[in-house]
Formats: sequence, C-alpha cells, structure tokens
Amino acid sequence: MPASLLIKNGRIIDPANTVDCVRDLLIVDGRIADSATALPAGASEIEEIDASGCWVVPGLIDMHVHLREPGEEYKEDILSGTRAAAAGGFTAVACMPNTKPVNDSRAVTVLILSQAEKADARVYPVAAISQNSQGSALTEFGELRANGAVALSDDGLPVRDSQLMRRALEYAADHGLLVISHSEEPSLSNGVMNEGIVSTRLGLKGIPTAAESIMVYREIALAECLGKRVHIAHVSCAMSAELIRSAKARGVRVTAETAPHYFTLTDEAVTGYNTNAKMNPPLRTEQDRQAIRQGLADGTFDAIATDHAPHSILDKEVEFDRAMNGIIGLETSLPLSLALVREGVLDEQKLIELLSVNPAHILGVEGGTLSVGARADVTVIDPDLAFTYTEEQVVSKSKNSPFLGEKLQGRAVYTIMGGRITHTLS
Amino acid sequence: MTTGYFFSHRHILDIEHLSADDIDYILTTAESFKEISARSIKKVPTLRGNTIINLFFEPSTRTRLSFEIAAKRMSADTFNISASTSSATKGETLIDTARNISAMNPDIIILRHSFSGAPHLLSQYVDAAVINAGDGTHEHPSQGLLDMMTVREHKKRLNDLKIAIIGDILHSRVAHSDILGFLRMGSEVFVYGPGTLIPPGLKELGVTVCSTMKEAVEDADVLMTLRIQKERQNDPLLPSFREYATEYGVTAKVASWARPDALIMHPGPINRGIELMPDVADGPQSVILDQVTNGVAVRMALLYLVTGNGNK
Ligand SMILES: [Zn+2]
Repeated sequence: MPASLLIKNGRIIDPANTVDCVRDLLIVDGRIADSATALPAGASEIEEIDASGCWVVPGLIDMHVHLREPGEEYKEDILSGTRAAAAGGFTAVACMPNTKPVNDSRAVTVLILSQAEKADARVYPVAAISQNSQGSALTEFGELRANGAVALSDDGLPVRDSQLMRRALEYAADHGLLVISHSEEPSLSNGVMNEGIVSTRLGLKGIPTAAESIMVYREIALAECLGKRVHIAHVSCAMSAELIRSAKARGVRVTAETAPHYFTLTDEAVTGYNTNAKMNPPLRTEQDRQAIRQGLADGTFDAIATDHAPHSILDKEVEFDRAMNGIIGLETSLPLSLALVREGVLDEQKLIELLSVNPAHILGVEGGTLSVGARADVTVIDPDLAFTYTEEQVVSKSKNSPFLGEKLQGRAVYTIMGGRITHTLS
Repeated sequence: MTTGYFFSHRHILDIEHLSADDIDYILTTAESFKEISARSIKKVPTLRGNTIINLFFEPSTRTRLSFEIAAKRMSADTFNISASTSSATKGETLIDTARNISAMNPDIIILRHSFSGAPHLLSQYVDAAVINAGDGTHEHPSQGLLDMMTVREHKKRLNDLKIAIIGDILHSRVAHSDILGFLRMGSEVFVYGPGTLIPPGLKELGVTVCSTMKEAVEDADVLMTLRIQKERQNDPLLPSFREYATEYGVTAKVASWARPDALIMHPGPINRGIELMPDVADGPQSVILDQVTNGVAVRMALLYLVTGNGNK
C-alpha cells in the first residue's frame, strides 16, 4: 500500500461536514489528511486517482447482510461476501447471525472477526438475541459486546415472545447494543409471496402486510413504554412505514431500514414463478413501493440495507414453494439507490446519509465521514456509468438476483478501505 | 374463426395465456373429436408413434384416466408415473426427474403437481410439450376448457352469460381456470363463498364478489359448485362442514333462483350433502356427467394441438 493516495478532482459529498464541492482528497497512512497542508514531501510516492466526473463519498456501509460463514460456505463466505461488498462500493457490512452454528456465542463472533481480518470490507458481527435464535433464553450480551458484536438480532426469525423482546431491549441498553427486529408475526406468515391479486393469479399462498406491521407496532410499543431504542429491519410496506413515521414524531427511539428491492420492484416480479423474486418479507404492491420511496424522502427510513442473502442454484432452481427466501444485493444496491436521486426522490446528501452516515451512527461504528483525521474509508462513484448486470459480473458466490439482465446506471469505480484500494472497476 | 389463425402454444400451462381465439379453436377441435368416443371402434391413428407420459405427483384418478383414454383413443403410447411429492425431498428434484424423463424422448408430459408453477418449471427443462393437469392452487386448464365446452354445447355461446361459482375459490385451481376462461370469452362471473375462502384481487380481475347467495345465483345461466377440500382444514377456515352445508350448500331452493334453464356443474368428486345436495346434482339441469364426457374430447384436442397438428 502506498503511504499516500490523492483522489483528484472529484465531487466530494460529505454530509457529516455538509460538504459538496469539487476538490482533491488526500489520504495519508490510512487516514483522511488535509490536502492543503499535509502533502508529504516525497510527492513521487503519492498514488493518484482521477475522480473527474465522479463522486467521492464516505465508504458505504451495509448494515444487513448474510455472509453464510460459518456453515454454508458453498453459498458465500466472509472473503467472497466482502469482495462483493467492495465491488458494490461498500467498505463495511454488518453480518446477521443466522449462520450454522448461529452466532450466539463468543466463539462464533471471534471466528467471524478472525476471518474478516483478511477481508475486503470491515465486518461487524450482529449476534443473536436468543440462544440458537430459538426465542427462549437471552444470549450473553456483555461477552458478545466485549468480543466485537455491534448489535443483536434473531434475523431470519421473529422474536415470538414479547416478554423476551422486552428483556432484550432492556438488557441490550445496559451494554450499549442495538437490537434489530426481524418483524414478522409468524401465525400470519406461512405464505410464499405477498398476499394480493398476484398471489391469487399464481395460486401461491400469500403473506399479508399485517404480518409485518403487527410486529413493527409491537416493537414500537415496547420501545416507547421502556424508553429504549429499537431498529426495524427490511421494512417492506406502507403500513409499517406509517407506524414508524408516527412513532418518530412522538419521539420514540426507533430507527428503520429498507432495501433496494422494496423501492424498485413489486410482487409482479414473481410472475412466471421467478424464485429470484422470492424473499421475506415479500415484494409488495406498487402502493407499498411508493410508500417506501416516500419514507426514504421524508426521513422515516434511516438506512438503505440490502439483506444480501446468497443462495445456491440448488436452493432456487426448484418449485416456488420449495425455494429459499432471499436475494443477493451488495452489487446492485448503489445503482438502484442512485436511481432515487435521478428520479428526484432524494438529493445526493440524503442518499449518502442513508448509505453511509446513518448506518455508522445506528451501529455505533467508525465511518460515515470524510473529516480530516477520520479513517480513510472512501467510495468513488461514477453516477452515470451505465451497464447491464450479467451473471458473469457477479462477484458473490451466488447469483440469485432478480436484476440479472437489467440495465443499471451508476456504480463504484474505486472502493478504499483504510487507505487500501479494495476494488477498482476495470 | 379468424382467418390466418395459428395455434402457437408449445405447452398448455394455464388459461391465463390463452386468447379467446385460442380457446375457440381448442373447443372447436374438441367438438370434432367428440364423435370418436361415440363410435363402436373408439380409436383413430392420429398420434400413433407418440409417447405420452402421465407424471402425477398428486393422486388423481379422474384426470389421469381422462388423459389416458384421450391418448389411447388417438393411438399414442402412454405411460403412467405416480410419484409422491415427498419423494423429491428424498433427493431427486423435479428438475432431475424432468431431465431423466426427457432423456427418453417423450412427446408430451402431462404433469399434476401439488405446487403451483411446477409445470412452468418443468417446461423450461424438457423438449416435450407440457400439459398442466392441475398445479397447486393455480390452474387446471383442461378442466376449465371442458367446462367451457360443456357450457358452449348447451348455451351455444360463451359470451353474455352469468356464471355463478359457489364455494372454495381460494384453493380451487378449477375455479381459477374457469374464472379466467369465462371472463376472456365475454361472460360475467359472480362468486360467493365464506370470506375465508375468497382470495384477494378477484375484483381487479373483473369478478363480482357477492355478499349473498341470492346475489350470486339470481338469473345465473350456469351454477358451478366447488368441492370443499377437506384436506385443507388445518388452517381455521371453517367452523364445521355442517355449518358450511347450511350457509353455502347449493340446495334445490338455491338452484331455483337461477334461470330455469341454468346448468348445474361441479368438477367432481362431489361431497354430496355438503356443497351440493343430491337432488340438485342428479336433477334435470345437471350436466356433471357431460363435463366428464367432454373432458376426454378436450384432452384429445390438447394432445393433438401441442404435437403441432393443428396447423397442418
Ligand atoms: Zn430478516
């Protein structure tokens, strides 16, 4: 790694410092330096990147991914998943605990972090709320925190027992840990896609939006009455967005994320029994999609997260009812999110807040800023670069994306983690 | 028939993707085949040398027999494979099965499967033509077509009719095919049943969802009753079959609200005394056995058309 990296002529978008201007950005020894005063003497050792026409932003952070290691490395592992992250412009990811075994102990958290030492993105482990994510007994939050867990979630499964969720919010607060809710009322959600005209047409069992919203409201009610904070994962529908909006207006300590597929696709994508459009929560209606976009515009949602969920062809090339839930998302998140700027839903600052600044704040990790002295996690984005997303380009081990074959616009041309270039678009 | 019409379907996966011209053409072809079944020697050489596989992952005596008779009356060689859906969980996937069968070069695969969309999946992996013989709660296109054939035979048209469909719309693939087919042909469809068995989105399809039996049945030209699927009662959909019979069963009184010449139909097998009372099922307006007879003719037409004969 060269000691210094100069990113020239880029449009610096740094919401944390309310900066939006064209200038150079200098990185020295893995940290952001002041390019006016800190230029080292031996200028020949400075590697230069021409960022003309590009955005230079704090490194993107995806607070909700599944890396499948340990246990299902044939789908993804920490190295392949972080390579996909870097290719998508991410310098950090938070990985959910539904591995095999579940990350409910120091041993698994430590294993993940040791694998991540060689990775192309920072990995922040999210540990399970309950032992084996079975929803009956809490995990050891203190020890998990001490060994590097940044948040808690039984993601993939809802916490059925409201009392256990209450205790988790209380005990997590003692340890400064975020609780992330996979909001799903299980008795309403034994379907395979959104309940509506499309499920009727296809003869597939539906999941009503109420399955999500009932649980979103439970989490809000608990957070409100306890005065603790909670984060709602992968919000998919209008009713949940409205609940979160009104809770925030009352001062409830709730944050929320949504995913690119919920503001891009609808349940029509399932037509033809496309298992690459099968996910949980399911793709909803156009009305829900519009509500998600509105929620991004008005600050109801704090973050865009992918819920990157790699599955091999064995898990997807089957009858729709049998197919696994989930899609990969790390490499398509940025182009799909940039469409929101082109379509006037968000401005550039707001987009970077959703993709970097806010995830860092919510997780309580470093990042989300280009302040002098900050760790040099930086993404250089060409917002106009058009490309067709093909299977050959996919960096992730799995190819389960409903966006294969789609024309997308905008992508990361350089991803820089701590001053090291982890991705260059060739 | 529109001049220059070309039957372009390689597979018969659903009614949804058949145009009014397609349906008209299939029914006209079926009508021309119906007479074969009335002959003393019920066999024509049309599909001699063709191999047809009945691949049934879900038990069905009627549909399988109907397809088999249709195939044999056209001199095709037929093979029946019954597999339980659970055998797939023992290792072999539907795609593995498809590839294996495909290696034996069949011309047509008739698939019955408990998962919606299985025929669509199969059709992507085999060279044979695939005919959906009922998939999950999606569609049962040959049954929809035989229902339309039966109505057309008696009413001489398929447009401007009031079709009343009573009962479990949610789980009935027959109802789904009938709804799409009759709407496509220009008739009106009214449905009535318990709210737990009415799927969302029917209004958007153009169906009138009724709040009383009378509203659905009054002046109907066709009164179609669906089978209550006893095997689906793990979800609390109904308090009891007894109450169902009282509230949603089609009695002689209910049938009297329809037009005097209304047809009484049922896809079978009937739960007598639950969804349909015996006096109505066996009464003069019942065309339930005509449906069965026409089933063979419709399936002969489908076998004939998917092997590319329709355009010669
Ligand atoms: Zn989840």
